[in-house]
Amino acid sequence: MSNLFDLLVAGLATGAIYALVAVGFTLLWQTSQTINFAQGEFVMLPAFLMLAAMHVGAPFWLAIILGILLSMILLGLAFKLLLVDPMMRHGVLPLAIATMALAIGIKEAVKQFFSAEASPFPSIVPTGDISVLGHAVSLQSIGVLVVAILAVFGLTTLLNRTSLGHQMQAAAQNPTVARIIGVPVERMILLTFLINAFLVALASLLITPIYLAKFSSGEVLGQAAFIAAIVGGFNQVRGAIAGGLLIGVLDNLAAAYVSTQYRAAVPLIFLIVVILFRPQGLLGRAEERTV
Amino acid sequence: MSGFAKPLKIALGLAVIAALIVVPMNFNRYGLFILSQWAVMTIAAMGLNLTLGYAGQVSLAQGAFVGIGAYAAAIMTTHGWPLPAAIVVAIVLSFAVGWVLGYPALRVQHHYLAFVTLAFSTLAFLVFRNESWLTGGIYGISNIPRPHIFGLATNKPLPFYYVCLGSLAIVSLAVWWLIRSPWGRAFMALRENPLRAQSLGVDTRRYTLMAFAIGSALGGVAGALYAPLTQYIDPVPFNLSLSLDLLMMVIVGGAGFYFGPFLGAMIAVLLPEWLRFTEGYYLMLYAVAVMLLLIWSPTGILGILDRYMAARRTRAASALRAVAKSRLETAQ
Repeated sequence: MSNLFDLLVAGLATGAIYALVAVGFTLLWQTSQTINFAQGEFVMLPAFLMLAAMHVGAPFWLAIILGILLSMILLGLAFKLLLVDPMMRHGVLPLAIATMALAIGIKEAVKQFFSAEASPFPSIVPTGDISVLGHAVSLQSIGVLVVAILAVFGLTTLLNRTSLGHQMQAAAQNPTVARIIGVPVERMILLTFLINAFLVALASLLITPIYLAKFSSGEVLGQAAFIAAIVGGFNQVRGAIAGGLLIGVLDNLAAAYVSTQYRAAVPLIFLIVVILFRPQGLLGRAEERTV
Repeated sequence: MSGFAKPLKIALGLAVIAALIVVPMNFNRYGLFILSQWAVMTIAAMGLNLTLGYAGQVSLAQGAFVGIGAYAAAIMTTHGWPLPAAIVVAIVLSFAVGWVLGYPALRVQHHYLAFVTLAFSTLAFLVFRNESWLTGGIYGISNIPRPHIFGLATNKPLPFYYVCLGSLAIVSLAVWWLIRSPWGRAFMALRENPLRAQSLGVDTRRYTLMAFAIGSALGGVAGALYAPLTQYIDPVPFNLSLSLDLLMMVIVGGAGFYFGPFLGAMIAVLLPEWLRFTEGYYLMLYAVAVMLLLIWSPTGILGILDRYMAARRTRAASALRAVAKSRLETAQ
């Protein structure tokens, strides 16, 4: 039993990180039909930006701020202006392919300019265990959960409770009508790209102390976030959150109870089943058929 | 491409074929390996071009079929079977698995289909890696023999390059015939408007499955040639990135254009080699080049050519119209 409890906590902690990444992924899809195949690399890069800031002498807190700002400029602003904007009108597929090329580019750039080896990364949460309901739970898991929950809570409040959030939703659901009633659609789309960049930077900060900073670590992460987004519902923020938590727990349980060799297969099979029998995702709405 | 005069096109085609046969004769081992790799990847990309470019079904699993073909060939030839038999088995196996993978396409389309095939691709990789009784696991299969064709040994790089080139020629002719047959037209009808195709009596169900199965079978052929080319295989080359690379080849070359895969494979296989003088930067430059190309022309390289030809035809037509009009006016 205690084993199961530990697995659940660890699963929820990684799942919360997946959820952050998956939420950003669905935001980009909703507002600009961008399927970002580089999302995993987007999570990998900010950790290296923070490490680079520390190399030039910045203290950890300043490096975090610089890393998040730089990610928002590079992965938010520059990504939107230089790659997504010129390609958006050409449809989903060419842009998706361009993000695949971007993924290769980011990976190689980190490998070339930083290191091909895995680098340790400091944790924002002190290591150690505390006792919860008689179980020893690592502080890191709890810290990750708290930060991720706060971020998700902040985001849903922004989307559902503020005028800005309502404008963003309007821009995503029906850009033409939104434009007519005076929503600055372009600015709203840019805002979702900045939010995505912030979320991946946060995810990077949370996950890199656990898995180390390595140029290739984006591949696994990107795929997990991908699966989480689709399983939960591609067109729903709360779907992506549920999907992230579910995939995190499933992944950890599969490693313990199925086999370590095939642990990666369990979320994939789950993904195929969900797509075939409920393509809109567990919490998603059905999309209209386009002829 | 239709802007060229026909004899000019035939002459150009013959010159390229002659160059592919003659020029590599004094290439070194590595040059021949790269060129053979280009031929093999072109075959795989042609298969994906059928599925994606002509029938409009997004597949992120072509790399898995190259893997299936490669393992079939490696296992059979190391147990004494001749390569042609292994190729037949690779075709049948990939065709059958591709047919089954086509079923999700009957239910879901576009990005959902992309994700199903992506999941399949990773599952196939896990099987290659974990079923070591069959595939040798992470240690792979080594000492894969190269075939004897008509009693001639093809152990040396040059003869095996001709095996790859010959296979490419056969596949190219078959695909050329296929896309001009009623099947090819049915595939394109499926891409352009599945509802209309269905209402015109095209059995969309059957052709969707066929598009997947045939495209996958070509992936299997490519794999069956890849195994004797490298003479050693392990699971790593057949992971998801191969599927993504093949998809990139098709899009960069020009999806739905017959010559798209040839160009796309050339860029994906040869461009990194030409950029090798830049050392660690070559893959980065490759990625930037692909992004710039797609921003400039989302329909790939042949899309640029196609637009140029269309513009030239329009100009020529309007010039003819102007001449005709002025003649009409002077006649009055």
